[in-house]
Amino acid sequence: MIDALSRPQSVAVFGATSQIAGSLLQRLRSPALRHIVLAARPSPARDSLADSLRTDTTAVTVLDFDASDPDSHSGVIDAAFAQGDIDVTVIAFGVLGNQADFDADPASAVEAAQVNYVGGVSVGMRVATRLREQGHGALIVLSSVAGERARASNYVYGSTKAGLDVFATGLGDALHGSGVHVMVVRPGFVRTKMTEGLPEAPLSVGPDDVADAIVNGLRHNRETVYVPSTMRFVMSGLRHVPRSLFRRLPI
Amino acid sequence: MSDVLLSGWGRTAPTRAHVVEVSDAAHVAAALLHAPARGLIARGLGRSYGDPAQNAGGDVLDITGLTGITFDAANGVATVAAGVSLDALMRECTPQGWWVPVTPGTRQVTVGGAIAADVHGKNHHVDGTFTAHVARMALSLPDGTLVNVYPGDALFNATAGGMGLTGVVVEADIQLLPITTALARVDTDRFDDLDSLMAAMASGDDQYRYSVAWVDAGTRGTLGRGILIRGDHANAADIPERKRTLAFDPGTLATVPALVPNGLLNKASITALNEAWFRKAPRQRRDELQSLTAFFHPLDMARDWNRMYGPRGFLQYQFVVPDSAGHVVQRTLEALRMIGATSFLTVLKRFGAEGPGLLSFPRPGWTLALDIPTGVPGLAAVLDSLDELVIEGGGRLYLAKDSRMTPRTLELTYPRLAQFRALRAEIDPNRRLNSDLARRLDL
Ligand SMILES: Cc1cc2nc3c(=O)[nH]c(=O)nc-3n(C[C@H](O)[C@H](O)[C@H](O)COP(=O)(O)OP(=O)(O)OC[C@H]3O[C@@H](n4cnc5c(N)ncnc54)[C@H](O)[C@@H]3O)c2cc1C
Ligand SMILES: NC(=O)c1ccc[n+]([C@@H]2O[C@H](COP(=O)([O-])OP(=O)(O)OC[C@H]3O[C@@H](n4cnc5c(N)ncnc54)[C@H](OP(=O)(O)O)[C@@H]3O)[C@@H](O)[C@H]2O)c1
Repeated sequence: MIDALSRPQSVAVFGATSQIAGSLLQRLRSPALRHIVLAARPSPARDSLADSLRTDTTAVTVLDFDASDPDSHSGVIDAAFAQGDIDVTVIAFGVLGNQADFDADPASAVEAAQVNYVGGVSVGMRVATRLREQGHGALIVLSSVAGERARASNYVYGSTKAGLDVFATGLGDALHGSGVHVMVVRPGFVRTKMTEGLPEAPLSVGPDDVADAIVNGLRHNRETVYVPSTMRFVMSGLRHVPRSLFRRLPI
Repeated sequence: MSDVLLSGWGRTAPTRAHVVEVSDAAHVAAALLHAPARGLIARGLGRSYGDPAQNAGGDVLDITGLTGITFDAANGVATVAAGVSLDALMRECTPQGWWVPVTPGTRQVTVGGAIAADVHGKNHHVDGTFTAHVARMALSLPDGTLVNVYPGDALFNATAGGMGLTGVVVEADIQLLPITTALARVDTDRFDDLDSLMAAMASGDDQYRYSVAWVDAGTRGTLGRGILIRGDHANAADIPERKRTLAFDPGTLATVPALVPNGLLNKASITALNEAWFRKAPRQRRDELQSLTAFFHPLDMARDWNRMYGPRGFLQYQFVVPDSAGHVVQRTLEALRMIGATSFLTVLKRFGAEGPGLLSFPRPGWTLALDIPTGVPGLAAVLDSLDELVIEGGGRLYLAKDSRMTPRTLELTYPRLAQFRALRAEIDPNRRLNSDLARRLDL
């Protein structure tokens, strides 16, 4: 159960090796935290993350999870909930790709859509069923400002996040009054391994900033969280820029 | 019957449950037999601060439909349905010259809730807890059978303070206390620091049936200055005839509007209120006559005052420590002041002997209770560190107030927990009874 100070006792992260997720897990550590489920593809990073989180009072369960294989998801989610309720669930996986590669290999664009959108829907629906039955809990979905308005420079990624974002927003409304809190997180540019080597965009933040914003959002029951929060105003401005102009913006 | 979001008096951590209304013992038994996989828990008037009367994804039995009082004014025994509030019981019995022997700081609790939390009042050091005055409980067990349990029975001791997890209390016989007036005779003393306050309590409380101190936990003024309020029922023979009365007519004043901005009760306003309260108290006053409501339930004057803390809610931190760990009182006030966590209602009291309830809270020593808004930065870590002091000192936290302790803290501080768990496993192997508190703490 989440306690009066918004501290979860159990957390499950899908795409747990994400750097943003890693920062979030550090923030959620507390004497109240008893169980962490790390669902991710096998890797040394996953194992060392598990080792770093395990304590006398916090157990860690590691599950093999591939976002691009929806047929396997119900088994993974059963396993995640096998030891009892999960208070906070996080959909963190995602691939950024780059537009030139997508252009060169359309199958890789399909793959990105499979992971980011189809994988998100697949995990999101199944987790939602569990949380609804529980009558409590949070689902945090890592969307992106890239999904708010398509840019020529990465519209495939943007479209996958747009789909995920609309899905999660609608899910949040569908779960209103169910005791389940869905939080859609829309970061701008975050300095993680996903964006390594890319030129930093204005208003860029670190993974800790995203984690802080999520923890704050949990405390205040926020449904939509921009990181940094000023991004909300930037995006609301950009939404109204005429297309002919938007196309030529250096973003 | 409907699905609703429920939280406790602190308005934190709401969860959804299916609320089932009941009006008699047969309904209760049927509800238990039909309990869903996530179980069922009884809920009284929701005056617990945290999560004991909520059950995410399961059923919550609204016990307030169980009403009815049969009172024998000859011997003062009231047979009361579990959904009856202490307020209703007092309205019925006070005019007949009988008082509810143990009352918490609010009358708006049910008899079922008073038993399940084994509540204490200002007279704990003399009269013990609520269940010390219960001669019989009718308990609907998890399998739906209705049994009478009596003091000394294993089930009685598990149910007293058992937070609704041993069965649903349907009815109880309560031995009331004879009174000759509805007035209290009150002595008030003001102390400029915590040491002198605690010294006065340690040496003088035994001379009074009722004793409680209000401590200033604002951010100004000497830490722990306080007002000690002690008294007993006024004897008709001792007061002028025109003042004698058995009338019990509390009435309530204002309702706090539903949409209070978050933080109306904030650091500055709480400090100012503390300051005002302290200043208005007399340095010393003796034999003042007060109505029983003013003496016992000043908070009931404003309805829904918990809304003053806004939608983010608040928590109450209440611990008891043995006399040997009395320093924890001061350490707590200091630690909370350090992070600017002001408390509007801070109550210090001495407890008497421990009762037989397996999970009953009171044990001899000092109990301190503070109401704190949950939004205070750094609060979680400070309370965690205070828990450690309570553990070290041999004390414990009160389940009816708790909304954040850990299973480890519970295990280290409730020595009879294993007994409670064993009994629960025996009478409720399928967990027909369950609550958010039980899940959070592995009760
Ligand atoms: C302003 C204020 C002051 C307070 N002061 C004090 C005080 O001085 N001393 C003190 O001890 N407490 C105090 N309390 C706490 C309060 O007395 C307890 O939390 C009490 O249990 C509340 O009763 P309720 O009817 O509201 O029960 P709820 O809060 O609805 O439920 C509390 C527990 O009782 C169980 N329960 C309720 N009915 C039944 C039943 N019929 N059968 C089995 N289980 C049942 C529930 O399952 C739950 O576990 C105070 C609370 C407030 C808000
Ligand atoms: N960084 C940014 O600028 C930014 C901005 C907005 C939104 N986001 C979103 O935030 C989330 C977290 O990103 P991040 O910044 O933390 O980057 P990250 O560290 O690269 O994390 C992304 C994670 O997704 C996992 N993943 C990719 N494909 C997977 C698959 N098929 N199955 C399972 N897991 C898979 C990766 O796991 P492996 O270790 O197995 O590769 C990786 O750990 C992503 O959804 C991202 O789109 C990021």
